[in-house]
Amino acid sequence: MTELLSHLLLGFSTALTLQNLMLCFIGCMVGTLIGVLPGVGPIATIAMLMPLTFKLEPTGALIMLAGIYYGAQYGGSTTAILVNIPGEATAVVTTLDGHQMARQGRAGVALGIAAIGSFIAGSIATLIIAALGVPLTKLALLFGPAEYFSLMVLGLAFAVVLARGSVFKAIGMIIVGLLLATVGTDLETGEERLTFGIQGLADGIDFAVLAMGLFGFAEVLRNLEAPEARDVVKRAIGRLLPSLEDFKRSLWPILRGTGIGGLLGILPGNGAVLGPFASYAVEKKLARDPHRFGTGAIEGVAGPESANNAGAQTSFIPLLTLGIPPNAVMALMVGAMTIHGVIPGPQVISKAPTLFWGMIASMWIGNLMLLIINLPLIGLWVRLLKVPYRLMFPAILVFCCIGIYSINNSPDDVMLTALFGFFGYALYKVGFEPAPLLLGFVLGRLLEEKMRQALVLSHGSFMTFVERPVSALLLAITLIVVVVAMLPAVSQKRDRVFAEQP
Amino acid sequence: MKHAWSVIAAAASAVLASAAAQAQNYPTRPITTIVPFAAGGPTDVVARIVGEHMSKSLGQQVIVENVAGAGGTTGITRGAQSKPDGYTIMMGHMGTHGAAPALYPKLKYDPTKDFESIGLAAGTPILIVAKKALPANNLKEFIAYAKSNKVSEAHAGVGSVSFTTCTMFNAMIGAKPTRVAYRGTGPSLNDLVGGQVDYMCDQIVNLAEQIKGGQIKAYAIATAARSPALPDVPTTKEAGLPQYQVSAWNALFAPKGTSKDIVTRLNQALGMALDDEATRKRLLDLGAVIPSKQERTTAYLGDFVKKEVARWTPILKAGGVVAE
Repeated sequence: MTELLSHLLLGFSTALTLQNLMLCFIGCMVGTLIGVLPGVGPIATIAMLMPLTFKLEPTGALIMLAGIYYGAQYGGSTTAILVNIPGEATAVVTTLDGHQMARQGRAGVALGIAAIGSFIAGSIATLIIAALGVPLTKLALLFGPAEYFSLMVLGLAFAVVLARGSVFKAIGMIIVGLLLATVGTDLETGEERLTFGIQGLADGIDFAVLAMGLFGFAEVLRNLEAPEARDVVKRAIGRLLPSLEDFKRSLWPILRGTGIGGLLGILPGNGAVLGPFASYAVEKKLARDPHRFGTGAIEGVAGPESANNAGAQTSFIPLLTLGIPPNAVMALMVGAMTIHGVIPGPQVISKAPTLFWGMIASMWIGNLMLLIINLPLIGLWVRLLKVPYRLMFPAILVFCCIGIYSINNSPDDVMLTALFGFFGYALYKVGFEPAPLLLGFVLGRLLEEKMRQALVLSHGSFMTFVERPVSALLLAITLIVVVVAMLPAVSQKRDRVFAEQP
Repeated sequence: MKHAWSVIAAAASAVLASAAAQAQNYPTRPITTIVPFAAGGPTDVVARIVGEHMSKSLGQQVIVENVAGAGGTTGITRGAQSKPDGYTIMMGHMGTHGAAPALYPKLKYDPTKDFESIGLAAGTPILIVAKKALPANNLKEFIAYAKSNKVSEAHAGVGSVSFTTCTMFNAMIGAKPTRVAYRGTGPSLNDLVGGQVDYMCDQIVNLAEQIKGGQIKAYAIATAARSPALPDVPTTKEAGLPQYQVSAWNALFAPKGTSKDIVTRLNQALGMALDDEATRKRLLDLGAVIPSKQERTTAYLGDFVKKEVARWTPILKAGGVVAE
């Protein structure tokens, strides 16, 4: 305990220097801004800003880059709530209830609870990293391909729970998502699959391309069709901050979301993506009146947002303690650290303690800054809704296109996004939801990869999934979730909810 | 009519003169270096470290543009087709300019013909590493073990450095492991540290810290001399497999037709970067090998690419994996 305190003291004394505080602030501010711009993601931003940090000493540079990362996670939910465009995979869930709240004039409350929830989650996650980071590494290593496959199967079960309407439509959408995930070069054989000879598809479809198309472009098309629907949002803005009642409702979801997101964030291979989905599914199951979900339930924002932020923080654990990046942003952080001469690995803690603990302390400071930056900004963001749509539409489209282009510097991606925009609009027209599709897509690639890796390692024996205890446990939980979801009574209630919605 | 011709001739000579002047003043605006891999990877890091010093000596920013895809061939294809004016160059590597012709029959460029060689930037040595629990304690024991047991090898996907270099390694030692494909080095390393797979080959940058931390063990480094970054790891020569000499080299190329003056200017700037103390230190810290003076010429790189293509093609074709 005293050791932890002395470590944290070292960390705070590093992070609290004027220069590092400034860098942390710049990082958080830039991160929030790019998070708010639809399509411009943290990967492109960090890659672009990396050269600017060359002149800084490594700790300060990394504090700033980390600030951009969690700032962007945070800002991504702002667009999800205000204009129904998830900037990141982790913000997809936030569109479900967050945007509904905005339509009811509760955009400020949704943004507020997202900010507060994220702050609480971030603070707890920082403590977890400081106290348990090293032992938790073992959890990441426990997850081989078989375990990971079973976790993904569980994730698919969540996708069913996630759906607002018909279970069968949801399953249909998940399957489309899984299929889209198989587009691209086969990892084992190098063969191209479902690319129709198009060069731009050789490496598969980027998440942002699909999400910006299905949500961003399609949302614009939808709104063009019914401009009067926008007026609802414009007229009633309501209160800007959550009331005590809102907060009471959200407290447990925030804590549960933190736990779920934090745990999944440690896993390799971007487990953090699952966090918000899992949190949403759990809250919907636990709620006394689950029918409110999808119509603007504050728990549906508070839980996933906390899970999202907790996961963003704990995904630093495998990077800092093992030197293994769990996702693309962390891989970029490895690059940034390497350029600064700090090669991430198990020895960073002992070799560069000021850097390690300084970064951890800066995470907490960063979360505080995000709260301070974002609470006053809520008023501004909400006022953005008043911007006439003839100005807003082109702006959204332009930013989406710039963002998409910046991912791979590829014009093909922009065209593909437009195509998915029409697809998303068609889906909306026939009453299919895009969220399960996106989840299926996110999980699909890992699902296939991990299944094949597990089977190659077991020499083709499917028993590997039940012989390994962690994998078997996850499959058992999946079974329970599916059975509960499929129970006639439950699905009847679901259909009724769906019918109530115009 | 005559008049018209003389106008055209005058215009043409003006264009030529301005082209010559352009080469003389070069560079007058920022230079884009296409890195055919995602930001943060080993090639990207080398490009950025070298590019930073080149920006200083050229007096113009050298900007990195990451165009990832299809084992680096997407970015190099784009680079090969760009205007040969010296403002778009690319950081090729062992895969894009050595292994690619064998792996991608539909490749849209010829590494030996479609480029002007600027110069080698850095070599990153290849290591053979295994999970901690594997009973073999040195390369000889491992070779014997791999021949008599079912072993599994992790690699970062068909066409990746770890895939191609291990294809050669397996062929040399006569092992037929179960090859497990991962998407990138990160996930494969994770499963190696976690003991899910037995061994892999990869660049020193990706592995050095985990070896020092004792989470995986290294059998050999495929270079002529030991690396100062890992002084305890024997060379393949010391460990009994001298013919295994591979490096994931990185080199700068310009599109075919870029003027000689510009290529020379870039070659000099690259050389200055490689002589700069701070730049050298950063590269050496990564475990990279800096090319000697003789290895830095444009002619050396041109020959080197030919040799690499000739060396990799039969090995990879025999491996039977061909990407569409």
